[in-house]
Amino acid sequence: MTANPMYQFNVYRIGPEIKIGEIDLSFTNASLFMVISSLAILIIFNLGAQKKKIIPDKIQLLSELSYTFVSKMISDTAGSKAKPYFSFIFSLFMFVLFCNMFGMIPYSFTVTSHIIVTFVLAAFIFIGVTIIGFIKHGFGYLKLFVPSGVPIVLLPLIVVIEIISYLSRPISLSVRLFANMMAGHTMMKVFGGFVVSLGIVGGWLPLSFSVALTGLEILVAFLQAYVFAILTCIYLNDALNLHH
Amino acid sequence: MKKIILLNIFYFSFCTVAVKSAEKGGMPQLDPEFWVSQIFWLTITFGTLFLVLSKFILPRISKNLEQRRLQILENIETAEKQREQSEKNLEEFDEIILKSKNKAKEVMLTAREKVVSEITKKKMKLDEDLNSEIQNVEKEIIELKLSSPKKINSIASNITNEVIKRLIGTDVNESSVSALVEEELKKLSRSTNGI
Repeated sequence: MTANPMYQFNVYRIGPEIKIGEIDLSFTNASLFMVISSLAILIIFNLGAQKKKIIPDKIQLLSELSYTFVSKMISDTAGSKAKPYFSFIFSLFMFVLFCNMFGMIPYSFTVTSHIIVTFVLAAFIFIGVTIIGFIKHGFGYLKLFVPSGVPIVLLPLIVVIEIISYLSRPISLSVRLFANMMAGHTMMKVFGGFVVSLGIVGGWLPLSFSVALTGLEILVAFLQAYVFAILTCIYLNDALNLHH
Repeated sequence: MKKIILLNIFYFSFCTVAVKSAEKGGMPQLDPEFWVSQIFWLTITFGTLFLVLSKFILPRISKNLEQRRLQILENIETAEKQREQSEKNLEEFDEIILKSKNKAKEVMLTAREKVVSEITKKKMKLDEDLNSEIQNVEKEIIELKLSSPKKINSIASNITNEVIKRLIGTDVNESSVSALVEEELKKLSRSTNGI
């Protein structure tokens, strides 16, 4: 059954079945990799934060560079008003990045290749950003759908388009990450299958392609985490600094 | 980005074809069996991650960064201060050197003046001494000159007397002898331009 390229996305129970009423909350391989990613982040950054050298060593440098990287990303896209949301965006970026990267290890499970995970994250961001927008600007936040400088004749059409694009944000955000991860991993599995089926004679070409794909997938893993975080910043920017 | 998106679309279509051709088709992602479990564990893990990061780890990192920034600023400030201090010191040093140079010049000038005046004083005294000595000597010479003819006269008349005595054996009138000698001397002095 392992020849099926979609097999790697199967979720299965680890340990006993946990049920509350009719709801199944069992610990699965997906849960395992969420825990592993979170623990890895906490361990690395805890080690980095414990040291207080003026000239940092490697692990301290890693955590401090990540800190400044995310902090710069936020201040560049959403301005200084977004500072209170730094911790959330940092956690989000690191969580998605580590889940993507752990997914690159053979026989592991990619948490972010599941639409439900990315959709929950994206929906949370969408709802949160909308609430922040309404708290900051009241009903003035609806001005987001009415761009300035548009002829009145076109306005009804533009407003409808703006509303649809706004509502499709969580879907585009979640599907982007999910599709990228799933497509990449499926591709690698398919080429792995080709290596086996073509054997010692013809298997070298798909093998070399597979090696190249691994590099590309590592790039994509980082890039998608970055895109996810930066889109969150952009949405946050819309909610904080309402100017269209 | 566009290239990656295009590639992804290609992958996607490729994969759906691959999946459809597979015997057990369908994506496990769309099977809702474990959706609730995934949401539940995602909330727990991400929530814990967020809480621990925001409450404990990130403040410490930001404190470290801030401390380093402050330390660097402090170092720059002290360096600036020390530079200013050293510039001041240099200025003071230059001033001191200038002052001491002027002083040295002054000291040299006064010393020279003193020496010169002393020398002239001594020279004048020496001149005076010399002059007085010369005058004395001249006086003495003049005196000697004045007195010498008389003495010579008396000596000459005495000698003449004696010579005559020895020659003749009798005393001659002294006054006549001296008159004779005087006459002779006058002749001599006249022939030698006289004094």
